Amino acid sequence: MPDLKMAEAANKPAGAEVLSVSDLQAWYGESHILHGINFNVKAGEVVTLLGRNGAGKTTTLKSVMGIIGKRTGSIRFNGQDITRASSDRIARQGIAFCPEERGIFASLDVRENLLLPPVVRSGGLSLDQIFELFPNLKERLGSQGTKLSGGEQQMLAIARILRTGARFLMLDEPTEGLAPVIIQQIGHTIARLKSEGFTILLVEQNFRFASTVADRYYIVEHGKVIDGFANSELSANMDKLHTYLGV
Amino acid sequence: MQALYAQLLVGLINGSFYALLSLGLAVIFGMLNIINFAHGALYMMGAFTAYFLLHLTGLGYWWALIIAPIVVGIFGMILERTMLQWLAGLDHLYGLLLTFGIALIVQGVFQNYFGSSGLPYAIPDYPEIGGFRGLQGGMNLGFMFLPIYRGWVVIFSLVVCLATWFLIEKTQLGAYLRAATENPTLVRAFGINVPRMITLTYGLGVGLAALAGVLSAPINQVRPLMGADLIIVVFAVVVIGGMGSIMGSIITGFALGVIEGLTKYFYPEASNTVVFVLMVLVLLVKPTGLTGRAA
Repeated sequence: MPDLKMAEAANKPAGAEVLSVSDLQAWYGESHILHGINFNVKAGEVVTLLGRNGAGKTTTLKSVMGIIGKRTGSIRFNGQDITRASSDRIARQGIAFCPEERGIFASLDVRENLLLPPVVRSGGLSLDQIFELFPNLKERLGSQGTKLSGGEQQMLAIARILRTGARFLMLDEPTEGLAPVIIQQIGHTIARLKSEGFTILLVEQNFRFASTVADRYYIVEHGKVIDGFANSELSANMDKLHTYLGV
Repeated sequence: MQALYAQLLVGLINGSFYALLSLGLAVIFGMLNIINFAHGALYMMGAFTAYFLLHLTGLGYWWALIIAPIVVGIFGMILERTMLQWLAGLDHLYGLLLTFGIALIVQGVFQNYFGSSGLPYAIPDYPEIGGFRGLQGGMNLGFMFLPIYRGWVVIFSLVVCLATWFLIEKTQLGAYLRAATENPTLVRAFGINVPRMITLTYGLGVGLAALAGVLSAPINQVRPLMGADLIIVVFAVVVIGGMGSIMGSIITGFALGVIEGLTKYFYPEASNTVVFVLMVLVLLVKPTGLTGRAA
């Protein structure tokens, strides 16, 4: 088992607020997408944003990451205001982003893809630790990144941000389009990262998957957070959840 | 037979300039998506920087090889920061028109002060090694007489081209460049300052043009329109090789120089048009160029 003990690396005490988003509004060109998003994430938690397609979950992650050009409101990370920071500065503060489309670079081989994100602080996983988590990647190091299977690409997309030393991970639909056995493996990885003290903000449509890893849920609809509850309150909220998600 | 070898050498020298210039264009297009029509003017500025260094400060050719690419590279970076960066995400046509306008202005300013005739720039006569005075003179290879300076241009250009290829294809910095070419937003979200990298890349591409200008000065003299004459052929080379392909630009640059040289020997009437005929054929068969990606 890889030793992922990196608690000294910029770890906040469990329960301390790591990310706080209030009244976040965002636009794609003229289209107003987020209409006042409010939520927070505490250290060591896995928080999941649930919602239908087009609800604004991905836009929320991109806004936190500084990728959406026009955004207002307040985004605070570890107490610092990052609302207007550029995405490279946000990444260097210790936020790592795994996009929905995985973002594997076709012109880079697997090793280059893996080594691409620069180390932003100490305490990231070494390559050996990553290969213990994702053995498939070691065998495919010389392959072109986009020649990997969907599951391997997702593993690569997660693996490369674990190298950076960032302790706050934002994963956008990591199970989308993957086979059940791969989804299970990703679930184990997320649970493992959580047990090692990583804080994770997850966007998911696959509620069954999310329920195996999440501590808390926020429901996003029409660019707003309309509800939120802890995993322990899940059974009491199932009917509402089915209504929100239309499942 | 001697005439054939001589034309081959001329072809290789022209190929060196084509390769250096088209390589710079490929690097710039790959990263900025800009068809840099100012490239010829910046090549000319490299030659003029060498001329100024010699006549105003006494710094000769070897210094010019280092200083001119840096000076012109900085000029290019200022252009990128102040003008080109605002064209990000727009149609290629805007970048082409802007850089074409910049080229006309730069050439016009130099023409205003220096006219159209060439200014001489001597082949360096230092250091003296063995019986050779710098890069002057030549050597008899048995089958042909090789002017040393021309041999130097071919070898040095090849080394610079391969070093640039290595930098982009085989190093971590190159991986950043290639990744940012594909998805600059994500690369930036990984913590890399992509706008600064774009500026430096433009500076690198422009520096290569300036280096070609310095290499060219002792052969072609220093003229305000020296870049304008060359850039049309270089663009044909780039179209044949494929926009954005690094190795494609190098190989096509040298190969077309040689083809042009051979045409001068076998059918001189076609020597000025052979590159364009090839361009048309390549466009008909493979519009993205021999090794390129779609623009």
